[in-house]
Amino acid sequence: MPKVADTVFKVRSKNAGPFWVTIDVFCGDAAAYATIAERLSNEDVARLFRQPVDVIKRFDIPDLNVVKFSLPRPVVQGDRFDRDMHGAQWAVLLAEHELARNTP
Amino acid sequence: MTTRVLVPTGALGISFSGEAFARGIAAKPDIICVDGGSTDSGPFYLGTGTSKYSRAGTKDEWRQLMIARAEAGVPLVIGTCGTCGSDESVDWMYTITQELAAELGQKLKVATLYSSQPADRVQTALGESRIAPLTPAPDMSPELLEQCENIVALAGAEQIAAALETGADIVLAGRATDTAIVSALPLMRGDHAGAAWHGAKIAECGALCSTDPTTGVILLDIDKEGFTVEAMADSAHCTPHSVSAHMLYENSDPFVLYEPGGHLDVTESRYEALDERRTRVTGSEWVPSNRYTVKLEGAKIGGYQTTIMAILRDERYVAQAREWADKLHGFVSGQIEKRMGLSAMEYDLEFRLIGIDAALGSLESKHSAPAEVGVLGIITAEDAETASEIGKLINPYVLHYPLTRDEELPTFAFPHSPAQSERGALYEFCLNHVMVLDDPMEAFRLTVTEVGHA
Repeated sequence: MPKVADTVFKVRSKNAGPFWVTIDVFCGDAAAYATIAERLSNEDVARLFRQPVDVIKRFDIPDLNVVKFSLPRPVVQGDRFDRDMHGAQWAVLLAEHELARNTP
Repeated sequence: MTTRVLVPTGALGISFSGEAFARGIAAKPDIICVDGGSTDSGPFYLGTGTSKYSRAGTKDEWRQLMIARAEAGVPLVIGTCGTCGSDESVDWMYTITQELAAELGQKLKVATLYSSQPADRVQTALGESRIAPLTPAPDMSPELLEQCENIVALAGAEQIAAALETGADIVLAGRATDTAIVSALPLMRGDHAGAAWHGAKIAECGALCSTDPTTGVILLDIDKEGFTVEAMADSAHCTPHSVSAHMLYENSDPFVLYEPGGHLDVTESRYEALDERRTRVTGSEWVPSNRYTVKLEGAKIGGYQTTIMAILRDERYVAQAREWADKLHGFVSGQIEKRMGLSAMEYDLEFRLIGIDAALGSLESKHSAPAEVGVLGIITAEDAETASEIGKLINPYVLHYPLTRDEELPTFAFPHSPAQSERGALYEFCLNHVMVLDDPMEAFRLTVTEVGHA
């Protein structure tokens, strides 16, 4: 099954302040956007970050061919257990995620 | 009236294109605005009240801005001086400004806006129910406020406007929202409020809103109906896509941005290419709130740290690195309890395996065989002496711990002598709250001084 990274132009993540992280999926074109919008669910993202699904904020932005996810940082920035001060490597988890088959 | 704002770079200290900046100055801006800080590099800077960037780099860039300001004869504003925007960071920037004024033979009126909050002011506000949590917020208490090394409030356009109204040549602002330093002047001049805030958000990271982010320099025209944004470097174009996509950056919500006194809503914004370099934006809305709130940031000490590092290159140890680290952890925890009398509750010891899962921890899904594994031992204790003692106690085991009893003692690679590094205090962000103010200036302090010689 294709990975998100094989389908889209770029996935990036970054802190949105010390308490949030935001992940932008730049799909690149309308076809890739349609694939991601349909096949990448909030449940997938929650599972990747092991967070409850109801904390995931999602924005589908067809004008930009972007799907954006924001969630409270599982570990606050700079906490002793924080592994990534800028939250920028979390994008990789989503980029390497295998997309589910087309929903029937 | 159109207000022309020149933004030389997304942050003072990361450099910018001198050629593009000269082009921006030639375009006769009404004001030059630059951001001096962010929480992005973590809580250390607010905890210590120090700058992330070097003094030499900051002074070199500030010199270029001060020379250009004198030529242009317009105000120069920096927000969030010295990374964290504490009072001492404003004073640090003030000293640099004094030195440069003397070196350049400039005589200047300098306004300093201070944003640090004494704990008792916030405690009083807490007692009067004027503190509200944002999501997610740590538990607030008078004790927590007492523990903060530094608390700052983020100034909005009102406080920056007060500083500009003094007629200052240079405004050195403490912690402020990234956008407020840009939006203040167009708002004072009666330009479109939605355009002022939206344009400010687009321009505050410099050329990040363009097709060539590293060039830095952005020119922003704000008027009665909208704003126009243009990058000053030849190679950088502000396209409807690059401009609208910038609302995604470091924003948890790409359509709504909360500021002191209201929020920006860009849901209905229209982005239009004027030509291949410039984008025009209209339809942005500013929605005033009925309470005036400023966001608070605070950092406290969460312990003291020592780190120790070893590198495993032996194939067998690399293949079993996790098992080895877990066994080592169990063994040294016993030693720490037996020889130092410390239970596991009294310190943290973690071995992060670089090459295995150091960045993502248990979320890591990729498993491959690295050539070597870096073992980063992180010790956090109540005080620096205890953290250091734990480092010394576990040192021989980190160096020699065998996987099995019946083998000759291995010796791993230590890159340093001493093997351990004393990291000092660990700071933690501990506030994600807003404070309600009756008067925007009541939590801020403004001073005006003359520096340099004619």
